[in-house]
Amino acid sequence: MNEFIFLFNSVVISGAVIGAIYAMGAIGVTLIFSILRFAHFAHADLMTTGAFVTFFLTVMFPGVGPAVGLPTAFVMLPIAMVLTSLIAVGIDKAFYKPLREHNVKPIVLVMASLGVTFMLQGLVRLFAGTGSRNLFVDDRKEIFRIDLPWELASRKIVITEPQLLLFLFTIIAVVSLHYFLTRSRLGKAMRAMSDNADLARVSGINVNVVVIVTWVIAGSLCAAAGTLLSLDVALKPDLSFNLLLPIFAAAIVGGVGHVYGAVLGGFVVGFAESLAVFNWAVVLRPLARAMEWDLPRSMALVPTEYKITVPFFILIAILVLRPTGILKGKVI
Amino acid sequence: MAILETKNIHAGYGGMNILNGINMSIDSGEIGVIVGANGAGKSTSLKAIFGLLHISEGSIELNGEDITNADPNTLVKHGMAFVPQEKNVFVSLTVEENLEMGAFLRKDSYKGTLEAVYHYFPDLKDKRYQPAGELSGGQRQMVAMGRALMIEPKVLLLDEPTAGLSPLYMNEIFDRVVAVNREGVGILMVEQNAKQALNIAHKGFVLAAGRNRFTDTGENLLNDPEVAKSFLGG
Amino acid sequence: MLADYKREIILFSGLFALILLVMSFMGMAYSTRMLVEASCYAIIALGLTIQWGYAGLFNAGIMGFLAIGAFLTMLFSYPVNEDFWGSGLASDLGSVFLKLLIGIVLIVGSMQLGRFGVRQNVRRLITLILIAITYIVFMNSLDPVAGAIESEVGFIGGFGLPVWIGWVFGGLVAGGIAYFIGHICLGLRSDYLAVATLGIAEIIKAFLKNADWLTRGTLTVSPLPWPTPGPAELGFVMARALYLSLTALMIVVIFFLLTRAYNAPWGRMLRAIRDNETSALAMGKNVNKRRLEVFVFGAILMGIGGAVLGSFNGIFDPSGYIPLNHTFLIWVMVILGGAGNNLGTLFGAVFVYILWTMSEPVALWVFDVIRNLGDAWFGWEAPGDLDSRALQARVFVIGLTITLVLRYAPKGVIPERVAHHHE
Ligand SMILES: Nc1ncnc2c1ncn2[C@@H]1O[C@H](COP(=O)(O)OP(=O)(O)OP(=O)(O)O)[C@@H](O)[C@H]1O
Ligand SMILES: [Mg+2]
Repeated sequence: MNEFIFLFNSVVISGAVIGAIYAMGAIGVTLIFSILRFAHFAHADLMTTGAFVTFFLTVMFPGVGPAVGLPTAFVMLPIAMVLTSLIAVGIDKAFYKPLREHNVKPIVLVMASLGVTFMLQGLVRLFAGTGSRNLFVDDRKEIFRIDLPWELASRKIVITEPQLLLFLFTIIAVVSLHYFLTRSRLGKAMRAMSDNADLARVSGINVNVVVIVTWVIAGSLCAAAGTLLSLDVALKPDLSFNLLLPIFAAAIVGGVGHVYGAVLGGFVVGFAESLAVFNWAVVLRPLARAMEWDLPRSMALVPTEYKITVPFFILIAILVLRPTGILKGKVI
Repeated sequence: MAILETKNIHAGYGGMNILNGINMSIDSGEIGVIVGANGAGKSTSLKAIFGLLHISEGSIELNGEDITNADPNTLVKHGMAFVPQEKNVFVSLTVEENLEMGAFLRKDSYKGTLEAVYHYFPDLKDKRYQPAGELSGGQRQMVAMGRALMIEPKVLLLDEPTAGLSPLYMNEIFDRVVAVNREGVGILMVEQNAKQALNIAHKGFVLAAGRNRFTDTGENLLNDPEVAKSFLGG
Repeated sequence: MLADYKREIILFSGLFALILLVMSFMGMAYSTRMLVEASCYAIIALGLTIQWGYAGLFNAGIMGFLAIGAFLTMLFSYPVNEDFWGSGLASDLGSVFLKLLIGIVLIVGSMQLGRFGVRQNVRRLITLILIAITYIVFMNSLDPVAGAIESEVGFIGGFGLPVWIGWVFGGLVAGGIAYFIGHICLGLRSDYLAVATLGIAEIIKAFLKNADWLTRGTLTVSPLPWPTPGPAELGFVMARALYLSLTALMIVVIFFLLTRAYNAPWGRMLRAIRDNETSALAMGKNVNKRRLEVFVFGAILMGIGGAVLGSFNGIFDPSGYIPLNHTFLIWVMVILGGAGNNLGTLFGAVFVYILWTMSEPVALWVFDVIRNLGDAWFGWEAPGDLDSRALQARVFVIGLTITLVLRYAPKGVIPERVAHHHE
């Protein structure tokens, strides 16, 4: 029984945590892809930037959280989302829009976004240093250990407050995005533009507004994902390093240009990663004892050091088997 | 008074000039029809009027106001709407959402217009919650026209609304065009079915190699032997 | 004739003056080292200029190709580890790779099952199962052997062969990896290649860093032999100058070959594809095959460049490969110099490399001034890690340069000469 609780903790919970983070990143990537038609390589660093915005806010007002009974960083999140959206819109105005107006090929925008990645990286490290930070300044991370009622289950299910907040936030974000895209006029205009940008222009849809809304959504989700991830682990300037590839893999696996596909892709990649590095020896040990097998110490499918290869091979597999992604994205 | 007038416009793609002086004019409440061989520059003329191409020479007036090189957004606000020749519906949006997109710029309620469009095209009302990509060619043309009508335009530009349709659908579309026109909407449309189109046209413009070849009333063009010989198939 | 090249002449004279300036300030030993490194970067940049400049292919994982080139040089040229070959471990390792080989043969065979009328779904299932089995068997049998190698003999050592063999293999293996990636991605959207190359670079690095039995991982391998007499025999300046003449010779040869290829029908076809894919497709040109060729050729040059650089550095350190220095600096060289123009690329490579190396002391100096002024005027106490932050300012500058060049000088300082070809 304990073995299965271990499996639950390290596969189901941690897979869902990282999957939710990837999903939020992939939604932004997929939206930018379908509205502006380029792969936004600065996305992971926008997440880091968002997390640092939260960090600065938390340091400035450390007492807010304890007053409300939530982590300060979480209370500051809405403000950070607004600020990060502004940063995203500003980046677009300064660096991508002029190129778009020159009618460059999409790949040039990809390269410009790499330039932006470095600018963000440089700035974050210039102002915040290269060390790792804790988003809990005046408060502490709460960890819930849930006892199971069965006798054999002495191990506890472990879940932290930031993880619960993350799940809650992800559900609310996805549901509200769904209603925004299907019910509001601007949301429909976004879908129209991703469907047929020329016709959208001809119909009188205000392309600039749609672009700004896209960046606002992407930027807010970046801030949220970056903050919630750093609340759960730690805030590091190279947070983005391990996020970029999984996010792209998630967007492509789900079907580029497809918001629900991005969510699905995020969880697929997240669970695949945690399953791949899970040490199956732990679960098999009781059986092995009974059968008197000799199990190796580690029976993970992929050694933890090679975790980064998992999204890559998922990506390669999907490109070979079904390049349009699971949900058939529009943009190939 | 002319509601839409182009004076000697020149335009093209990139550096290449396709239009070398197009003159067209329709009065409010008139139907103007553009005919001509493939590649004559018919679609290009409409795109140039609608601000999708850069006009290097000449000018365009809408209701007496200069709109040369205005962007589509402004033109829609001024009451002009355009239905392109191809890819003229949002395939992943439902029929009703397509129509709503046509009304994007309207601040007032467009419910009445929506009902009016469904009144013109009853087929669409039954399919209102279906993605436009699942409709037949004729129904798509109706969606496209309906979308353009949602701003209650003063001038409607149509590029080959009957292309590839069965005669039955074709007649229906022509009927609708006439009906819309009766409501006072000026229409400038490109047509391959020249005879039928000139029949309902007040004005006709025959283009060749980016220039006006003949310009006259629809009736006179139909009766002109030279036009008949080279453009109406005898 | 010469007047046509006025821009090139001025720029290269300026570059020459800059080099002389560096020589007089930093001394010959320093400058020759910088020049050798710059020339290695030039080889790599030429590889990128054909991928991006000739064919419009985006490679975001140059680092991986460099690292694999350097690794193969290390493997081929590093002295033989007698302990390893003398122990039974060599044959153990051999049998592990035999299993892998059998697995690969079976996998490749299963892909051909289509010829015998096996349905695609079934075929794919069989292939996937074979891949899984091969992977698990290989990992399981490698693990104990690798552990034994690490604990008993350190690592397997090199083959003790001449350096140039390592360079050749470095290029070939880099080309092979490019073939694999290109084969999968080139038919798809251009962005997918960027994502995939980014991934492959990280994977190569993760592999080289963690396969201690093969590369010593973080312990690094040194000294790597040079193909030319080393500093011990000739002194720093002479030895480096000799190495420099070797790299310069390589650049001349590569340059000559590239210029010919560029003007040959092959190059013309590539540019036609780059500039107008649809019409090239309509002309019945095999777009993806040409692209795959150019992608592989570019990667071969990158592998060779990485190998030459690796030998020169004398140390193989997998964690020393970082995307910034080994991918994006090269991008800056190419787009600043002029993508698709070999002379421009050469100029960009040397110029940017000099600026990059010189910017380190400059950044430190500027931040030192800021620290002192801040202290004197506002009593500001600078953070302790100000120096490492100062170096991050360079990262920002690289990013800014990329975006500014794309916007204001998209063709670089020496733009591609649009050949008026008559077909
Ligand atoms: N996007 C474009 N880029 C470059 N040239 C174009 C483009 N679209 C059309 N052309 C060229 O402009 C010319 C006129 O094209 P246009 O589409 O206006 O013809 P048309 O009269 O509408 O013909 P059709 O009856 O076939 O629709 C043609 O020679 C065509 O090749
Ligand atoms: Mg046309």
